[in-house]
Amino acid sequence: MVAETPVTASASNARVQTEPTPPFVEVQDLSIHYGGKKILSGVSFDIYENEIFGIIGPANSGKTSFLRALNRMDMFTPGMNVTGTIKIDGHDIQRWKNVYALRRRIGVVFPLPVGLPLSVYDNVALAPRLAGIKRRSELDIIVERCLTRAALWEEVKDRLDSLGSLLSGGQQQRLTIARALSQDPDLLLLDEFSIAVDPVTTMRIEDVLKELKHEITIVLVTNLVQQTRRLSDRTAFLLSGELVEVGETAELFEGKVRDQRTLGYLEGRFG
Amino acid sequence: MEPQTTDRARSRRERRRGEDRRDRNWYIDKAVQALVFIGGISGILFIIGIFVFITKEGYGFIAETLDIGEFLTSPRWRPTSDHNPTYGALALIAGTTSVTGLAMLVSVPFSLGAAIYIGEFAKGRTRETLKILVELLAAIPSVVWGFIGLSIMNPLIIKTFNVPIGLNVLNSGLILGLMAAPIMTTIAEDALKAVPDTYREAAEALGATKWQVIYRVVLPAGKNGLVAAVLLGVGRGFGETMAVLMASGHSINLPTSVFDSVRALTATIAAELGETAVGSDHYRALFTLGILLFVVTFVINLTADLVVRGIRKK
Ligand SMILES: Nc1ncnc2c1ncn2[C@@H]1O[C@H](COP(=O)(O)OP(=O)(O)OP(=O)(O)O)[C@@H](O)[C@H]1O
Ligand SMILES: [Mg+2]
Repeated sequence: MVAETPVTASASNARVQTEPTPPFVEVQDLSIHYGGKKILSGVSFDIYENEIFGIIGPANSGKTSFLRALNRMDMFTPGMNVTGTIKIDGHDIQRWKNVYALRRRIGVVFPLPVGLPLSVYDNVALAPRLAGIKRRSELDIIVERCLTRAALWEEVKDRLDSLGSLLSGGQQQRLTIARALSQDPDLLLLDEFSIAVDPVTTMRIEDVLKELKHEITIVLVTNLVQQTRRLSDRTAFLLSGELVEVGETAELFEGKVRDQRTLGYLEGRFG
Repeated sequence: MEPQTTDRARSRRERRRGEDRRDRNWYIDKAVQALVFIGGISGILFIIGIFVFITKEGYGFIAETLDIGEFLTSPRWRPTSDHNPTYGALALIAGTTSVTGLAMLVSVPFSLGAAIYIGEFAKGRTRETLKILVELLAAIPSVVWGFIGLSIMNPLIIKTFNVPIGLNVLNSGLILGLMAAPIMTTIAEDALKAVPDTYREAAEALGATKWQVIYRVVLPAGKNGLVAAVLLGVGRGFGETMAVLMASGHSINLPTSVFDSVRALTATIAAELGETAVGSDHYRALFTLGILLFVVTFVINLTADLVVRGIRKK
């Protein structure tokens, strides 16, 4: 399944700094307020194509809020106010004429699984159908491919007609991942995807993510420091709405940090 | 391990052991359970009692006098005829069905539309105001609706369509539709509200437009409640008496157009029961109509239940 991915040696070895293409996501001076309360204060960083970008930080640091700003979920969160600019693929997302087209490019996986009360098949076929694909054979291929990538196909291939909301929590989370992949996104946002998933399945999904990054840019928010170490090329550390630092994951874990607070958090000496 | 902690643990254990007796909360719990059980059971008993009563009053008649074939297929309802009374209920069944049918045609799209607007589009103040207005509408007594049918709709229909009489299927159907709509709207809106926001967000994150979210996710998720809302409306239409009596023209007729006057099952019972001698054939024939209404309502509810179950299983 994954072998079809066109992986060139140069792509997998490419260092993000020497990447000649402009960053895929540019965040400039981004602030988020709820009501009058500041949640994120003026953060700036870039996310490059084909990397897994980790975001870590204790609860309340604004990680989820940042993801919501990225696919313009602030539009239906009353009181949420976003300032600064986010450019995706070179375009300011605030200026996007059709916000639905923007969201179709961005897959999102929420921390708690949301199996829609549709059949397993319809859950995964929903995004393609929204995009206008009607032919059953085409949908069949997409559904099988996405469920396989989300490491769920073997478990559900005989019960595609049963309700997605009746699967186990961990299965529903993988269904959510399959659904996010079904829209064939350029950008995949994962918000603590593994809190409802067992360790073995988590590892399988992590392997899938490592393959996927060759075609999709991935933003991984996680509370598991070791997960960001295993997966992400670069990692940003957020603390109470401030960006403490962004760096190569490997270097951060070697202790090459600019801010001692990062080291403290990575080593678990942080409350 | 510190001995102090152990002492504390031991005394706590002693105390907890002593707590294993039936205390006040235990008895309150049992009492409440019993009360609720009595409440629930008595509801069921009442329904069975009503059914037994109606059946008892009508049964002898069904067994002895009534020709079931005539009852269901003849439109001649002449229970007061001296030499040859006939008990054909077809015209009454047709009256009730046509009025209810038209009412549903009017009110289902209206109510579902209103529920979707209130539940999914309207925000804040508008939404609250609309909800209060709809609930107010639901509280209008049916005799007032009948009055509106009689004194406003009647002349309006006569003038607009140039027909001799405005008390007909059209009038009573519209009135009944307006009557049923607020309740259906309220129940349908509750059904939509019961759909968790996480479903909406999940669909929105996939790039679904507002309408796609409603059509693809919210409506399927709220299907059971929506079906229930519609069926409640049907039940309301079937059982409504006063407004139909006033607005339908109350004349025995197999309607061929919406401008024909008709007579409903319920209205027949209401209008005639007071004038019959208890135990007479006419009296018992009216109870047979009651049985028919009861059975139809039961079948509607049962169908609804099966439909909803079918949806759930899938
Ligand atoms: N819809 C909202 N309305 C008001 N405040 C909100 C809303 N959503 C989030 N917040 C606030 O924003 C702050 C940051 O929340 P956020 O969910 O971004 O944190 P997080 O970094 O994802 O935390 P966690 O690791 O616990 O998921 C919190 O104080 C939270 O109360
Ligand atoms: Mg979060």
